[in-house]
Amino acid sequence: MKNRDFKDPIRETRIFTFRAILFWIVVVMLVCVLAGRIFYLQVMQHEHYAAASDNNRVLLQPIVPNRGLIYDTNGKLLANNRASQSLNLILERVEDVEQTLVLLQDLLPISEGDLERFAKRSKQRRRPHEPVMLRSRLSEQEIAILAVNSHRLPGVSVEAQLVRHYPFTKSAAHVLGYVGRINERELKRIDPVNYSGTQSVGKLGVEKFYEAQLHGLVGFQRVEVTARGRVLRVLERDDPVPGADITLYLDSELQGVAEQALGDRRGAVVAIDTQTGGIITLVSQPSFDPNLFVTGIDTKSYASLRDSLDLPLFNRALRGQYPPGSTVKPFVALGGLEYGHINWAHTIRDPGWYQLTEGGRFYRDWKKWGHGKVDLQLAIAQSCDTYFYELAHHMNVDDLHDFLWQFGFGQRISLDVSEAVRGILPSTSWKKAKTGQPWYTGDSLNVGIGQGYMLATPLQLATATAVLANRGRWLQPRMLKQIRGDKSYIDALPSTEEIAAVPENVTLKREADWEKMIDAMESVVHGRRGTAQGIGRDVSYRIAGKTGTAQVVGIKQDEEYDVEKVKERNQDHGLFVAFAPADDPRIAIAVIVENGGGGSTSAAPVARKVMDAYLLPKLAAAKAEVARSE
Amino acid sequence: MSKDFLRQLPRASHAFQSRQHILNRLHIDGWLLLLLLMLCAVGLTVLYSASDQSMATVQRQATRIGIALVVMFVVAQISPYHYRRWSPWLYGVGVLMLIGVLVMGVGAKGAQRWLAIPGLPRFQPSEIMKVAVPMALAGYFADRYLPPRLKHVGVGLLFVMIPTLLIAKQPDLGTSLLICASGLFVLLFAGIQWRLIFGFAALVSSCLPLFWMFLMKGYQKQRVMTFLNPESDLHGSGWNIIQSKIAIGSGGLEGKGWLQGTQSHLDFLPESHTDFIIAVFAEEFGFLGVLGLLVLYLLVVTRCFFIAVRADDTYGRLLAGSLTLTFFFYFFVNIGMVTGLLPVVGLPLPLISYGGTSIVTLFVGFGLLMSIQTHKKVLPR
Repeated sequence: MKNRDFKDPIRETRIFTFRAILFWIVVVMLVCVLAGRIFYLQVMQHEHYAAASDNNRVLLQPIVPNRGLIYDTNGKLLANNRASQSLNLILERVEDVEQTLVLLQDLLPISEGDLERFAKRSKQRRRPHEPVMLRSRLSEQEIAILAVNSHRLPGVSVEAQLVRHYPFTKSAAHVLGYVGRINERELKRIDPVNYSGTQSVGKLGVEKFYEAQLHGLVGFQRVEVTARGRVLRVLERDDPVPGADITLYLDSELQGVAEQALGDRRGAVVAIDTQTGGIITLVSQPSFDPNLFVTGIDTKSYASLRDSLDLPLFNRALRGQYPPGSTVKPFVALGGLEYGHINWAHTIRDPGWYQLTEGGRFYRDWKKWGHGKVDLQLAIAQSCDTYFYELAHHMNVDDLHDFLWQFGFGQRISLDVSEAVRGILPSTSWKKAKTGQPWYTGDSLNVGIGQGYMLATPLQLATATAVLANRGRWLQPRMLKQIRGDKSYIDALPSTEEIAAVPENVTLKREADWEKMIDAMESVVHGRRGTAQGIGRDVSYRIAGKTGTAQVVGIKQDEEYDVEKVKERNQDHGLFVAFAPADDPRIAIAVIVENGGGGSTSAAPVARKVMDAYLLPKLAAAKAEVARSE
Repeated sequence: MSKDFLRQLPRASHAFQSRQHILNRLHIDGWLLLLLLMLCAVGLTVLYSASDQSMATVQRQATRIGIALVVMFVVAQISPYHYRRWSPWLYGVGVLMLIGVLVMGVGAKGAQRWLAIPGLPRFQPSEIMKVAVPMALAGYFADRYLPPRLKHVGVGLLFVMIPTLLIAKQPDLGTSLLICASGLFVLLFAGIQWRLIFGFAALVSSCLPLFWMFLMKGYQKQRVMTFLNPESDLHGSGWNIIQSKIAIGSGGLEGKGWLQGTQSHLDFLPESHTDFIIAVFAEEFGFLGVLGLLVLYLLVVTRCFFIAVRADDTYGRLLAGSLTLTFFFYFFVNIGMVTGLLPVVGLPLPLISYGGTSIVTLFVGFGLLMSIQTHKKVLPR
């Protein structure tokens, strides 16, 4: 017991040596464990990790094809792509996102909408170190400000990309539509591979209809990247196929003339080249700047467009359904002739109203005291309502429906205008289905003067007028004139869109009725008593036209119509359809001026200006040609 | 002929002995120095690659190694006798400085590790404790009856736990583990009974939940969780371990070649020139390279064990043994962590990783070993 108090060096040494050897063996074993572990990783699992290393290193990047350009008929650019510098944040490298955003807001304007979308994008799935866009379209000055402050802004970068630009801004918005950021619904529809790098897609108009052609085919490159996403070198590249450039029939100059003629009135102008069916003018006023939508419109601007009483986003030319008013009379008259209810000699005496039965409701003529003795020619020239009340009274409404149908009323007949609507061409079955009520003769009377249930779009009116101008020959209205690379525009038509079949040409039993009707329409403009004689002066070519006035509010029986009293929004819509030159038509046009009052004073002058601008240079050229050949 | 032979042999033998004698007189252990220099050379080679061929980084590290070698040389000149006398004082001063760190230390990223005393360069007192703890414990047990009695074991454990907890509080989990281990190794070598060892191990493992709840910081818990399931945090702390495994595994048998590692050069591997440098080495030199490196480490450890076994007295043996196992613990934990065997604790790979203070401390340890080896009063057998 006592000897335990003394140190025993021999025993200490023995214990130490024993333990040192023991621990050395443990060390060797543990080193073997490490070696085994590394053997497992490097030799047994090598393939797995080698693949993982390549996955890290090599990235398959999509190369976005350049979107096809859009030209007008004279080769002017309507839509191009501009380099835009955008401000991006690489969240992994930003130390404090909140603070960085505050700092950036001090440096350059960043809207609430930008922040809103940035917050949304930050939450979406993305690769590590993939930049998230905060603002686009930086100016040179803003880029300079960012460069100067870059040391305070780690993880903030400026990147260039191509962004759609519409040089004519408001002017062609309703024709071209616009591209915008791909939304959830579109994401399901588009091909995820082809759109893997694309940020925007055609939302409306030509941009939407010809999306497949304009977009092109995506290219790919395999690149070696760092963990931060910086590309070191391209290993392999498969070039994209750029989108096709397309040319429209649209004439941007004529478009401008039409816009100017409308001024700040609400309305629409549609002009069709009667020789091709090409839509050369398509104006809907007021309009909007499509450039706002390209990189995403902020909520406030969008709300102001959406909530505006003038509906700038509404495409009146394609989707505005108006009562055609008296502009429908030439077609109704042709129907009456065809079904034998009237002939050119048929005359009535117009007291200024029409009654179905003795003592019944008065159907008033626009001319209070009546037109007196009226034949068909005069009924067209003066737009005599009573004449057409009588015709409609005797004509079966379904016959009238079938006849007007041939001119495209109640149908979507355009080739590549997807937003166009059908309007309403009433019939007995239509009314039964719609209201459950039988057809009354009074309904027929209203249809006879283009009121009541009947509704048509400006595009439909222009189309019907073009068919009339061509003496029944059909040419589908169309936007696309040419597409680069493709032999036929038919190939360019997207298969997904519903394309209306070409309607059959309209034939009349008596071919001469075409010319007689056109003569009658000429007298509207050029005749001494024509309703549009105001535009018939000082004109070197012959115009065949028809005015129209569409009631916005019904006028009660025995109530005097007083323009002064009716508020501006309740005033009649003025309409005018025309084509020229009458014997060799080149252009057919439909004009509507909302709340413009009578068509002869509001709409007709607009049509005249557009026709002048279109025809005078062409006629002068033709004359010079003739002079030279002689 | 035979006369010549007789005349020359003693001289030849004398020359041989005197060469031994020169290194011995300089208090340098030739074998250990050679192995250390080889490891440092490997380290600088990998560092050049890991730092993206930055010669400036390599030069800075080479300078540090130079300074560390000088420090080692100086340390080796002093006899273990003096170290034994100084060790309680060194330990006391070290503990005071650790308290000082907690009270008035400076640091970054939520950890206070540095002490700024006016007139001295900034330093980490925990580095001093890396040698002070084994020295103090070796001194304590060398004076006691061995194998140690329970009372002395308790006192020894107290000596270990004070600096361990102070450093854990900074927080610096890696270093506190290292210092705790260095102290416990002294106890092991002192001959503590096996039943105490196993009993203590059982006690510690039963205390782990308490440790988890009260002592560990959030990020430390996170590291352990990540170790248990690296895929749970692909872009946070799990990223490091996944990327280092990819780096090592993609190296294969022969490696991608020096400067050819894609994981480190394309920045996928974080901390590639500090804690995770072995992954760069493994990626570029493959399994054969790693095997060579492990053999080098094993030779260093073996030589140190040899020095410990051959030491003069109990103090020398205990100190040498503890320093040896600590060095092993150091690289075992680092490699284990980088290969995903152990949780991520912030320990660099000794002699290879880029870093200032720790390399000097390491060489102080080797200086102590050389001092033990070369200041023997008893003639070698």
